[in-house]
Amino acid sequence: MRINTHPDDDAPPIVVEGLANRFGNFAVHEGLDLTVRRGEILGVVGGSGSGKSVLMRSIIGLQRPAEGRIEVLGHTITDVDPDSDFGVRCRWGVLFQGGALFSTLTVGENVEVALKQFYPDLDPKLRRQIARYKVLLTGLPEDAVAKFPSELSGGMKKRAGLARALALDPELLFLDEPTAGLDPIGAAKFDRLTRDLKETLGLTVFLITHDLDTLYEICDRVAVIAEKKIIAVGTIPELIATGHPWIMEYFNGPRGRAAKASHERTRD
Amino acid sequence: MQDTAQYSLEDDGAGKSRLVLSGNLTLAAIGPLERALQNVTAPLSVIDLSGVEEIDTVGAWVVCQLAHAHACDITGASPSARRLLDAVRSIKAGDDIHPPIVPVWERVPLALGKQIYAARGGIYGVVGFFGQILLGAASLLRHPTRFPIKALVHQMELVGISALPIIGLMSFLIGIVIAQQGSVQLEQFGAEALTINLVGRITLRELGVLMTAIMVAGRSGSAFAAQLGTMKLTEEIDAMRTIGISPVEVLVIPRILAATFMMVLLGFYASVVAIVGGAVVGELALGIPFWTFLARIQEVVPTHDLWVGLIKAPVFGLIVGLAGCYNGLQVRGNSEEVGRRTTMAVVSAIFAVIVLDAFFAVFFTEIGWG
Repeated sequence: MRINTHPDDDAPPIVVEGLANRFGNFAVHEGLDLTVRRGEILGVVGGSGSGKSVLMRSIIGLQRPAEGRIEVLGHTITDVDPDSDFGVRCRWGVLFQGGALFSTLTVGENVEVALKQFYPDLDPKLRRQIARYKVLLTGLPEDAVAKFPSELSGGMKKRAGLARALALDPELLFLDEPTAGLDPIGAAKFDRLTRDLKETLGLTVFLITHDLDTLYEICDRVAVIAEKKIIAVGTIPELIATGHPWIMEYFNGPRGRAAKASHERTRD
Repeated sequence: MQDTAQYSLEDDGAGKSRLVLSGNLTLAAIGPLERALQNVTAPLSVIDLSGVEEIDTVGAWVVCQLAHAHACDITGASPSARRLLDAVRSIKAGDDIHPPIVPVWERVPLALGKQIYAARGGIYGVVGFFGQILLGAASLLRHPTRFPIKALVHQMELVGISALPIIGLMSFLIGIVIAQQGSVQLEQFGAEALTINLVGRITLRELGVLMTAIMVAGRSGSAFAAQLGTMKLTEEIDAMRTIGISPVEVLVIPRILAATFMMVLLGFYASVVAIVGGAVVGELALGIPFWTFLARIQEVVPTHDLWVGLIKAPVFGLIVGLAGCYNGLQVRGNSEEVGRRTTMAVVSAIFAVIVLDAFFAVFFTEIGWG
């Protein structure tokens, strides 16, 4: 028995080759290559405005790149029509930076939307049950299910967004700064939740973050975006070993050292 | 890979059945199986998952619910399936994801009471808002350098200049319709020449300003409400307050001044274009030469008709601007509210304009400007 397996099993779920994104004369990416391995949590870091979110939007087909090839779960994204291709769309989930919950629907209904869209013949009662347990799976209390997004705190919105991202039992999860704006306790809990879900559900996670603690605690590998491309991918010690000045500054700054120290403390 | 899930029942010899599941217990395939499993009433002793090829949380959920209902064990699960089962087992079942529904006998009086309270709050709110505007205007008078002249000019362009084509077209057509329909009726008395009086007086007194006010409410009143409402949602207005900028001074006053002032110009412009439309009909259908029509207007329309229109116009503009800005600033919560408040701004503005117009009609006739 296997979990979440498909014929293109051992192939890397995301392959980006020679990606270029330009807005007018301004190039965000130029010749960017990236491969995400199955079952890993890949952290993506880079300065503000370095194009992390644009990279994610390119991979999920919201941003049509100027050049390059993007392959997700064996489908070439640059070919598919963003509105019609259901086959690959129901195999990933996305958590946007602000949650992007539908404000006129309750949290449970937000999760149900995707189920309704892709599996209209599912029994409505089962569909509601699924929506409800997905919300509870992300650690939200029971009374949050029938609440509207405007009634939730920032951390709860993030969890609700995650529940919606998990609605279709995806293989791939895209998280855009999931811990931004959370208090340290909430952020640590969210990190743990991400790792637990990844392990139980066998997810591959593409995670954009500025949070050094998240990088140390849960990321298997980290990709660094700078100078319009991925300058290095690897574990944090491997990245530091490259000696690239931006990476050194990032991980050896006061915040980087503090995160490392706290990581080592909790591990011991 | 098969995209279906099957089940079979085997007798375990102790009066109970073994449920053997096989195939894909995934979201894509679970629907039919789940429906079929609801018909299984025989007591189950054990659920066997050893034939399952794929399982996700939905499959695990369905299996857990079934095991719970029959109080039976689950066997044959792989380590990974066991992890999924453990993850969903502790979650309590339920399907209430919608907001609670209130029964109709509670809902109707509740809604009525809320409406009445809202109406009272609305009246307080509008009066308070008007007071805020007066205070804002007073403080702008004391500090004239703070006056948002750029915003005012910008709003005047949006409310006035960009509305010229559509209001022109509308008024021109209204002029044509009045002249044409009026002449058909007046012809019966042999009084076609009075079409000029009809067109001139009705457009300057009533229709020019009234139709313009309705158009401005639809174009600009709605824009005010939607704009300010969105700014409220994105906390822009709160951000302004924290850095000591008064939203009334920089957002509301320019919009209301622009609506008030441009309404006068637009109303006059609309009346003139409507008269031109009437004159075109006169030339083409009634045999009254174009320039004669315009010259007669001067003779048959008393000057106070023009004043009636020009006095009403700024009042209507003020109402449209007030309704738009007030409703925009009342937006709370979500995007649906922006739509609701925008509708309310337009509807209440048009309603108030028409009611006031009736009062004005009586008033001006009473003071001898009939």
